[in-house]
Amino acid sequence: MTAFPDFALAGPELLLAAGALLLLLIGAYGSEKRSSLVSGLSVLLLLVAAVAVVIGRDGSTFGGAFVVDGFARFLKVLVLIGSAVAVVMTQRFAVAEKFFHFELPVLIVLATIGMLLMISAGDLIAVYLGLELQSLALYVVASFHRDDGRSTEAGLKYFVLGALSSGMLLYGASLIYGFTGHVDFAGIAAAAAAGGSTSLGLTFGIVFVATGIAFKVSAVPFHMWTPDVYEGAPTPVTAFFAAAPKIAAMALFVRVVMEALGPVKAEWQQIVAFMSLASMILGAFAAIGQRNIKRLMAYSSIGHMGYALVGLAAGSEAGIYGILIYLATYLAMTAGAFAVILSMRRDGAMTEDIESLAGLSRTNPTVAYLLGIIMFSLAGIPPFAGFFGKYFVFAAAINAGLYWLAVIGILSSVVGAYYYLRIVKIMFLDEPKGAFEPMGGEMKAVLGISGLFVAAFALVLGPLGDAALAAARTLF
Amino acid sequence: MPLLTLTTFLPLAGVLFILMIRAQDEAAILNIRRVALITTVATFLVSIGIWTGFDPKNPGFQLTETAGWSGGFFAYRMGVDGISILFVLLTTFLMPFCILASWESVQVRVKEYMIAFLVLETLMIGVFCATDLVLFYVFFEGGLIPMFLIIGIWGGQRRVYASYKFFLYTLAGSVLMMLAIMAMYWESGTTDITELVNHPFPATMQWWLWFAFFASFAVKMPMWPVHTWLPDAHVEAPTAGSVLLAAILLKMGGYGFLRFSLPMFPLASADLAPFIFTLSVVAIVYTSLVALVQEDMKKLIAYSSVAHMGYVTMGIFTLNTQGLQGAVFQMFSHGLVSGALFLCVGVVYDRLHTREIAAYGGLVNRMPAYATVFMVMTMANVGLPGTSGFIGEFLTLSAAFQVNTWVAAFAALGVILSAAYALWLFRRVVWGALTKANLKAMMDLSPREIGILAPLVVLVILFGVYPLPILDATAASLEALLRSVHAAIDAAGQTASSGPLPLIR
Repeated sequence: MTAFPDFALAGPELLLAAGALLLLLIGAYGSEKRSSLVSGLSVLLLLVAAVAVVIGRDGSTFGGAFVVDGFARFLKVLVLIGSAVAVVMTQRFAVAEKFFHFELPVLIVLATIGMLLMISAGDLIAVYLGLELQSLALYVVASFHRDDGRSTEAGLKYFVLGALSSGMLLYGASLIYGFTGHVDFAGIAAAAAAGGSTSLGLTFGIVFVATGIAFKVSAVPFHMWTPDVYEGAPTPVTAFFAAAPKIAAMALFVRVVMEALGPVKAEWQQIVAFMSLASMILGAFAAIGQRNIKRLMAYSSIGHMGYALVGLAAGSEAGIYGILIYLATYLAMTAGAFAVILSMRRDGAMTEDIESLAGLSRTNPTVAYLLGIIMFSLAGIPPFAGFFGKYFVFAAAINAGLYWLAVIGILSSVVGAYYYLRIVKIMFLDEPKGAFEPMGGEMKAVLGISGLFVAAFALVLGPLGDAALAAARTLF
Repeated sequence: MPLLTLTTFLPLAGVLFILMIRAQDEAAILNIRRVALITTVATFLVSIGIWTGFDPKNPGFQLTETAGWSGGFFAYRMGVDGISILFVLLTTFLMPFCILASWESVQVRVKEYMIAFLVLETLMIGVFCATDLVLFYVFFEGGLIPMFLIIGIWGGQRRVYASYKFFLYTLAGSVLMMLAIMAMYWESGTTDITELVNHPFPATMQWWLWFAFFASFAVKMPMWPVHTWLPDAHVEAPTAGSVLLAAILLKMGGYGFLRFSLPMFPLASADLAPFIFTLSVVAIVYTSLVALVQEDMKKLIAYSSVAHMGYVTMGIFTLNTQGLQGAVFQMFSHGLVSGALFLCVGVVYDRLHTREIAAYGGLVNRMPAYATVFMVMTMANVGLPGTSGFIGEFLTLSAAFQVNTWVAAFAALGVILSAAYALWLFRRVVWGALTKANLKAMMDLSPREIGILAPLVVLVILFGVYPLPILDATAASLEALLRSVHAAIDAAGQTASSGPLPLIR
């Protein structure tokens, strides 16, 4: 074991940590006017960290607890972009709704550090540390609108269920440690492979760990908190929840099952395949009846995590490649959709009713076109981004011989297409019910960039695909 | 010069121009229409370059283009052969007429309308030019988006229902094809169509893949019993939308059978030919009977389309030269005829705003030119010798006769039935005394309408009398296709073409 850890590998995380503390000082000692400065600096900090991730080198440190590889770097960049976009979209909304305090961006930065740790985790201790750092910050963020009953309720629900899931994860981790004698992924994998038949204790441990992580990615049957928290939390916070933490939790899931539990694939494959299938089906059917767009997005995200899990169920290089592409497209689609949802403001009040989008193609054609593209993409219709994400995860499932998963999953995506089409129908086919207030400049930018990315994804698929392929290879 | 890419994406250039027109006044709308028309005409002119650069004696793909895409999982590959070039030209040829047909009838949201049509044109041409499975799928499936909007925004009263039905029905069929494409990639290591046709897929796998592709193309075609979306979509779509739906989008199903099912899964195709014959004959007889009792002109033509597509599927799976040539010719001819028939309905709909047959009668008294055009197209729809409709029906029927007399006999019933419903429609709408008061002010075809319909009339008669240009263009590719199919069947011998379902075994 190295005597002294290589801190440079954790450069982006350390940068974010130091930056977050500095921002806290600026916020605490500055006047309220400084709070927007804190937001701006947080975005800058996150983007600098993203650059640091890109130019950083590979390796592992802290006795193997912290791993930087192509896989980690790819997903860290996604998470950092997701967090930065969330901070960008928070500022104006939170000020308008009178719940902005400088702690909000700082908490998002702190949660992001947790996510980066999750992505880089090389042993079970690091997994738990990263997860808790992320979760604790998220609990606070969910209830950030203190004067709003719904927000407080969302935070409390999230905390109680999240704490429960953390407990399960910890219990599972202790079982795995107890029956393999290792906390580091390589050691667990070696012990599991050497054991011949898998011990019952290890299987129990896998089940509990999978349960704990499934809570975080909100996979069925551990999804119940998602619609309530999405609906209750302030909308920019929901936008944050829908993207970055999901990506980080998915990365963690991939790392734990591929690196630590790779040799006992038969034990977890059925769990992952079931959760994937159940998420796709529930996400497709439960969203149909929703009238609140935030709840709809909650069920939509459950479905999308189901699709991403298809790639994990395949458990192959192609599957991980599919997940990486899927998460990149999911991030863009979510950011774009929430940029519109955050701008659904009419007569000085926010609205979350889907019907209020009626006739948007006449009152604001550009927004309607872009959101329409994003909706078709979420439904998985080519030539947009969502199609390619689905293509690669299902291709991996076919390759792995999971035909039933692929067939039922792809048919559930047809059901899911119905409710995305409904939004298109409301925007394009229905009569206008009055215009929204003009969008903020930063919302326009987020919507424009993500919309273009989604629309022209076929053109960026080449370079992005190469990066994702290189990233996926590092796990094998 | 990348001629195919240019043809495919030229309409998108028109879209960019239209997007730049920000004004909302009359002049701007006229400009939007003009840009759309110029774009489609230019696309047609460029596509003539494909025709002149095409060597009909070469059975393989020509004018090919290749570019890398996504880490080798699939690539951007374009090319045309004798089968696809016909449909590329049919598409580019019909588009200007669609734009002209919408010149006056579409007055709301003209900008979006023209954008949707131009995007649709790109996707339709792309379907026929793509020689990579995934690229094909992207174009094939992408076409749903503009068509959904065309039906949904500019359609009739039940447009929302019809557009949903169209979209979800077709999507449900297509997604299974997507899974089959993936399975084919893992089996053969490529999505290049030119390589896949030479890859011998295992017999059992061929069945699964065949059914997955069948699910998509049968819905698109549409074959009985999954045809029910078509009457709804046709009735509710605006005139130009119906024209494209009937003339091009339906042909993608038949094209898919020819391009994929036959050459890639020859054993399954041979085994399942009786299944297709059954469905085709049911479609021909049943939907013809259904067409007889329709009260809506567009619905009647829609059902007649389903019946005519029955001849196409029957011809394709006879696996002989006449059948394949007849099927391709029937598709091409039906593209012209049904397109013209929908335009004819559009002409009177623009004047009276109803498609109900009972609302008309005696139009010949006020509209002699219209009656002439309508008559030619009705005769072509019936399959009268001397019109293009005859060639396709005759070839497919004679091909079916060689394979199975009963199939041919039942399918021939459809010829009689088509005469019944088509002539009866013509009698009720055009002949008779002009008794209804609101018809007395009907004006005959305007110069614009004559300009749209006259070329179609000329082509329908020209190809009815002299079908060689089309038969020659397709001959080499179809011969090569048949040779490879029969070689595969012979190589497999008795094992594959007899016995129970390999899946159940």
